[in-house]
Amino acid sequence: MPTIEFEGKQIEVDEEGYLQNLDDWSEGLAKYMAEQDGIELTDEHWEIINFLRDYYNKYQIAPMIKILVKEIKKTMGADKGNTKYLYQLFPDGPAKQACRYAGLPKPTGCV
Amino acid sequence: MAKAKKPPKPEELAKIDYSPPETGWMDTPAVFKPGTFCYGARPKYLEEVGFPNPREWSSADEDWKLPENWKEIVLEGLGDRLKKYRSFHLFMDICVRCGACADKCHFFIGSGDPKNMPVLRAELMRSVYRKYFTTGGKLLGRHAGARDLTYDVFKEWWYYFYQCTECRRCSVFCPYGIDTAEITMMARELVNLLGCNTDWIAGPVANCYRKGNHLGLEPHTIQSNIEFMVDDIEEITGIRVEPTFNRKGAEILFVTPSGDLFGDPGTYTCMGYLMLFHELGLDYTWSTYASEGGNFGFFTSMEMAKRLNYKIYAEAKRLGVKWILGGECGHMWRIVHQYMDTWNGPADFLEVPVSPITGTRFDNARATKMVHVVEFLADLIRHGKVNLDPSRNDHLKVTFHDSCNTSRGMGIFEEPRYVIRHVCNHFYEMPENTIREKTFCCGSGSGLNAGENMELRMRGGLPRANAVKYVNDRYGVNMLANICAIDRAALTTLMQYWVPDVDVCGVHELVGNALVMKGEKKRTMDLRLEPLPGMEEEEEEEE
Repeated sequence: MPTIEFEGKQIEVDEEGYLQNLDDWSEGLAKYMAEQDGIELTDEHWEIINFLRDYYNKYQIAPMIKILVKEIKKTMGADKGNTKYLYQLFPDGPAKQACRYAGLPKPTGCV
Repeated sequence: MAKAKKPPKPEELAKIDYSPPETGWMDTPAVFKPGTFCYGARPKYLEEVGFPNPREWSSADEDWKLPENWKEIVLEGLGDRLKKYRSFHLFMDICVRCGACADKCHFFIGSGDPKNMPVLRAELMRSVYRKYFTTGGKLLGRHAGARDLTYDVFKEWWYYFYQCTECRRCSVFCPYGIDTAEITMMARELVNLLGCNTDWIAGPVANCYRKGNHLGLEPHTIQSNIEFMVDDIEEITGIRVEPTFNRKGAEILFVTPSGDLFGDPGTYTCMGYLMLFHELGLDYTWSTYASEGGNFGFFTSMEMAKRLNYKIYAEAKRLGVKWILGGECGHMWRIVHQYMDTWNGPADFLEVPVSPITGTRFDNARATKMVHVVEFLADLIRHGKVNLDPSRNDHLKVTFHDSCNTSRGMGIFEEPRYVIRHVCNHFYEMPENTIREKTFCCGSGSGLNAGENMELRMRGGLPRANAVKYVNDRYGVNMLANICAIDRAALTTLMQYWVPDVDVCGVHELVGNALVMKGEKKRTMDLRLEPLPGMEEEEEEEE
């Protein structure tokens, strides 16, 4: 099982770096994961990460992209409520990269 | 940590080397090339469904942590299956190596690897069959095309039987009718006996077993996702559709792949269903229990597939519906059409499906009591029961990808075309040898639609993409329609890679756009909430 070392602790992740145990998540860990990809998390990033975490707590899965887009549109304005904006923040895709920083598992199946 | 390797650029990938290796196939070991195979199944997924040998392992490692008696388990499993499935036994014996199948496989065309020729893929198993189950092979060994089952041979099976999408195109060309997909299924059952499934398949299987669908959507999540779509439909049409969930006494149970409830562009297809059923006033219900049409269990073992499939009839019985309507899905229909009645039937508590709108009795579905939504709609259109305005799709030049399972698995060729021709004015067929029963696979079916094997997927999808490119160049085709959830996800990635100006949609997305609903407001947006080109201008001209 691959691990990442953070604050002296070995944290278990899957082969693509998603947390195995969602309880291992912390804000510091999210920042650390982003740093490894050369990304500094800004308020805009956190807006999305926090939304993902809240949504996950309620629904036990990441939101559909269109739910995310609509939410961002609501809170941050129409110019940001689109997938292009999300890709600017998370170049590997909001579904993958943002979920990884937020400590959510990756959805599987016919998707 | 290892991240999924990105495939090379299309120009590079298109340079395919078809020259075979210098050494004979038995002496050419399988090389596990990153980007062409999937991660191994996590133990928790195997444990959740009671599959053997759950342990931490990696398919990229030397040591797969197999049980000591692994060889015995595989050979015993092979023997059992030879006895149980006469087709499999026959397919092990009758190949004459004529080579008709050799260049028909999308993975061979896209990779040039001879072990992706269906004949040789099957030979990987036949050689072992000969060694342990035929007199000739036992006595003459290699001279009779037989070889020992070694650790490397087992891994070679794993590598190449997860490079087959069970699409069955090769079987169309085989003069003996050998169905290589059935050989792949048996191989996957055998590797499954040692806990060597892939994570991308084992995950959805465990989710489906625990929560009713591959994605693991819980009842309130399903409801919330559908309500979200209902909001979008209202924004587009001004009409609030009112789907119901787990409603006892409904006439029809509707079952579709969970991808339609979660991932774009499947969600637009789902909106199309919602709009159509509302417009018809159909007495139907969704189920949050039988919330998956697809069945990744089918890519592990028949037994697992049967267990997952069971919930559809169980729910139909619990709700007391008369019959079942099924959505746009691929392998779901292979199972419904060819296995469901034997596995979980007879569904004698249901009635032979009769369309409540047209009175058409679907006698073709009298065994399973399940009707395909495209078949159902084609009948409605035939009887003039839906009001359609195809000009709303005039900005689209559409071609249709026959999904392997609905075309070769059940012969649905005409219905989707009939529907598309009524909801679009611009429809163009891809070349004849790439459609209908000769359709080319998306390259990602049978659970190969993961992220880490992207190079394999892009290689396998090349023949399909090439045919799309042909109609894109010739007619300006910009939309690839299909009736399968894996297609909607996989072809989107495939098009972005090979033919970026072509988008992907389910047939019911086109239907939703063309459907004229009673009391709707003027449509200015399509189901993706994007402006509908031409609609404004048309209005001005009319005025």
